[in-house]
Amino acid sequence: MHRIARTLLLAFLLVAAIAPGLRAEEPLRELIDALGQAKLSDMDEHIAALAKTGDPKVVPVLEALGEGNLYARKADGQVFLTKESGSTLSLTDPVSGESVGEAPKAALSKVKVNNGVRRAVRSALGSLTLLSPDRDARLKAAQSVLQSPNAEALGAIEDALAAEKDGEVRALLEQARATTLIISDRPVEEKRQAVRLLKENGGREALSILSAALNAADDSLKPDIEAAVASIEQSQALWAAGQNVWYGLSLGSVLLLAAIGLAITFGVMGIINMAHGEMVMLGAYTTFLVQEVIRDSLPGLFDWSLAIALPLAFLVTGTVGLAMERGVIRFLYGRPLETLLATWGISLILQQAVRTIFGPTNREVGNPSWMSGAFELGGLTVTWNRLWIILFALAVFAALLFLLKKTPMGLQMRAVTQNRRMASSMGIRTPWVDALTFALGSGIAGMAGVALSQIDNVSPNLGQGYIIDSFMVVVFGGVGNLWGTLVGAFSLGILNKFLEPYAGAVLGKILVLVLIILFIQKRPRGLFALKGRAVEA
Amino acid sequence: MITSFLVKSLDRTILIAAALLLALAVLVPALNLLTAPDHPLHVPTYLVSLFGKYLTYALLALALDLVWGFCGILSLGHAAFFALGGYAMGMYLMRQIGARGSYGNPLLPDFMVFLNWKELPWFWYGFDMFWFAALMVVVVPGLIAFVFGWFAFRSRVNGVYLSIITQAMTYALLLAFFRNDMGFGGNNGLTDFKDILGFNIQADGTRAALFAASALALALSLVVTSGIVRSKFGKVLVALRDAESRTRFLGYRVEHMKLFAFTVSAMMAGVAGALYVPQVGIINPGEFEPGNSIEVVIWTAVGGRGTLIGPIIGAILVNGGKSIFTAAFPEFWLFALGGLFVLVTLFLPKGVVGTAQQYLARRKAHRAAERQDGESDKEQGATAPEAMAAE
Repeated sequence: MHRIARTLLLAFLLVAAIAPGLRAEEPLRELIDALGQAKLSDMDEHIAALAKTGDPKVVPVLEALGEGNLYARKADGQVFLTKESGSTLSLTDPVSGESVGEAPKAALSKVKVNNGVRRAVRSALGSLTLLSPDRDARLKAAQSVLQSPNAEALGAIEDALAAEKDGEVRALLEQARATTLIISDRPVEEKRQAVRLLKENGGREALSILSAALNAADDSLKPDIEAAVASIEQSQALWAAGQNVWYGLSLGSVLLLAAIGLAITFGVMGIINMAHGEMVMLGAYTTFLVQEVIRDSLPGLFDWSLAIALPLAFLVTGTVGLAMERGVIRFLYGRPLETLLATWGISLILQQAVRTIFGPTNREVGNPSWMSGAFELGGLTVTWNRLWIILFALAVFAALLFLLKKTPMGLQMRAVTQNRRMASSMGIRTPWVDALTFALGSGIAGMAGVALSQIDNVSPNLGQGYIIDSFMVVVFGGVGNLWGTLVGAFSLGILNKFLEPYAGAVLGKILVLVLIILFIQKRPRGLFALKGRAVEA
Repeated sequence: MITSFLVKSLDRTILIAAALLLALAVLVPALNLLTAPDHPLHVPTYLVSLFGKYLTYALLALALDLVWGFCGILSLGHAAFFALGGYAMGMYLMRQIGARGSYGNPLLPDFMVFLNWKELPWFWYGFDMFWFAALMVVVVPGLIAFVFGWFAFRSRVNGVYLSIITQAMTYALLLAFFRNDMGFGGNNGLTDFKDILGFNIQADGTRAALFAASALALALSLVVTSGIVRSKFGKVLVALRDAESRTRFLGYRVEHMKLFAFTVSAMMAGVAGALYVPQVGIINPGEFEPGNSIEVVIWTAVGGRGTLIGPIIGAILVNGGKSIFTAAFPEFWLFALGGLFVLVTLFLPKGVVGTAQQYLARRKAHRAAERQDGESDKEQGATAPEAMAAE
């Protein structure tokens, strides 16, 4: 029935296109004018009738209707597109598209709309623009018909599908067709195919469409739909697990960044630096300052702000670390518990200093353009900033590993760690190595602060949130072993994210802490313990 | 036997300190209650409560001194035991409110009514009785310390590792008590107390009595810890602090001794918390903050670790300073506290009392040397603070 009507209509339009003139315009004008008299309850039919014409002139009319800019002249009931200008309205004839002057508001009555009408307008517009010559408009239209499927639009979708050349739009249209097909009154066999297509495509929408269709479906179709739902649910569960792994990796990279500097100061030198978190905080504030300067004087450089902040943060926190080591810590070597207390005191001073200078509230640090936004990877949503942070954490790790294993300074550092007196006898200036190692660890914490400023609130308390976690990572991974820190950070991150859905965020974290405490009972020296006599020192 | 224990445990300083505390326990409430408000010797009630609070802090610091000063266990989780004791007392005080809460529920505390709970969780049973709550004040922290210590000491987790996992423990408890579902009032904690043992908690008499109780508890704990550290057991504790492996090789069960000291210390911290809560009128999860536990360490360090008297003096000094500082220059308190941490560790590693003792011992040795020439150098070496602490 629809098909015949549509063919007739198409034929009619074809004729109309060949022989343009008043005859083609008159029915359209009638249809449009009918909107002016229609009751709200009949609007749907009128809109559908308009949409059926397939005339591109209908598009602005419907848009105006949706926005409430469609008015009927009280005198003769003619409907116009309007634009407000002061107390009068400037009128545009919907059929000819020409301006026909202005009229006072009192002479016109607004064509009433409510949410039901707006919905009808949207879906009508969706199927109308499916044939638009503009690719983006078609893409948008296909998305909208996919999101709000409407059995009436099936014919239009199929027409559009037949004419569509663009692959992406086609794929969307295919899905939209399958979605609408299931709720239409087509034969079961066609529906079965549609179910199959939906099953292959998967996704949350398909799942909700299929579950919604399940109740109304034929008995013969039900098993197919159920199987499809089950299969989509399974693949969704897999993707969810994948997403958890991703979140875990992301959390792990944050932990790695926070802990990697500590792995140097605590792991390699055996210094408990409770002010480590404050180094991260100083790095974040350095980023804030750099961005402030850039905003004020060189707005064009904003995308480079992190690249500029990175070495600066390294220098700032490295210097602070150097001063700490030379000023306080070097007098406390061999007394780890006292070091802990003194560095805690330093952390309080640094926190209060930042609070006094910058105020206790959060400071705004912006994302450069290349770090904002997200992209889809299968069923995964990957945000750029998280991705960059993972890459950055790995890069820092690799650089540090290279420094420790392949450079003369790294060699000296390892020598001092393993046997201070022997290293000293070999001519290594151990105090200098200590100072530089501590500065290096602090500097890396500062660089971590630059990265963490992108995902965390920059406030004087920023560091405190990381200190316990980073100690856990280092202790869990095994002190004095960078690889242990890497494995520790990522396994704790992933474990945390996998516990979260079952136990909730807070309880998950508590569980992880308890697990670590128990783990340390089993392996007091961490996952990758150093072997040999150095351990007992 | 008890007399011999007393005689052994009381050297002159401990005796003086305990007597001083007992005198305070009588004198301060008397000056508060019996003198007119305009009398020059009158002690206002807010000061009674303030000093009562300091005394509970002093008890907490003393508890830490037992494990840190004599056992070498730097616990960064002692505030957790303090808070657990406080929560046990808080639960009793909550149950005492009864139907006087804003929702008027005779059984459920206000926050449970607010969360739409229908019945009392099982772990709240029994807290309407004071003796049960008082028992829990020592049992809960003691039990947690016992289990935690049993695992930790058995697998020889020590030094900084132990410090870090005690910190993780208090952090985990902090997160847990912040949860509303736990049934401890979430981040608001327990507050709005009405009375204790039938007495109005706001009344001057009750406050004075709480002060006296704090002073008594502190004096008693001082005598008990002094008894512990001056006994043979205490000597072995010091030995294992200074050379754990060697003590183990001599045949002592090091982990059992540490576990005993740790548990006793946690119980003392619990008592301190229980006395603290009615005097300040609130207990909330903020007490579990890892920073609080570290602050306790600085009180002990300022006074002098391993001296028993030192932590008490340290706690009162630092907290008194904090009260004055935060009122006068709130911005600078953290600078002062931070600076205190650095300066004490760098220049006063033995604390105020330890340094004073060292000085007195030196002078004594010097005088002895003046009398008998020749042996003075050796004497000075032997009066190191560790030896002093072990006396």
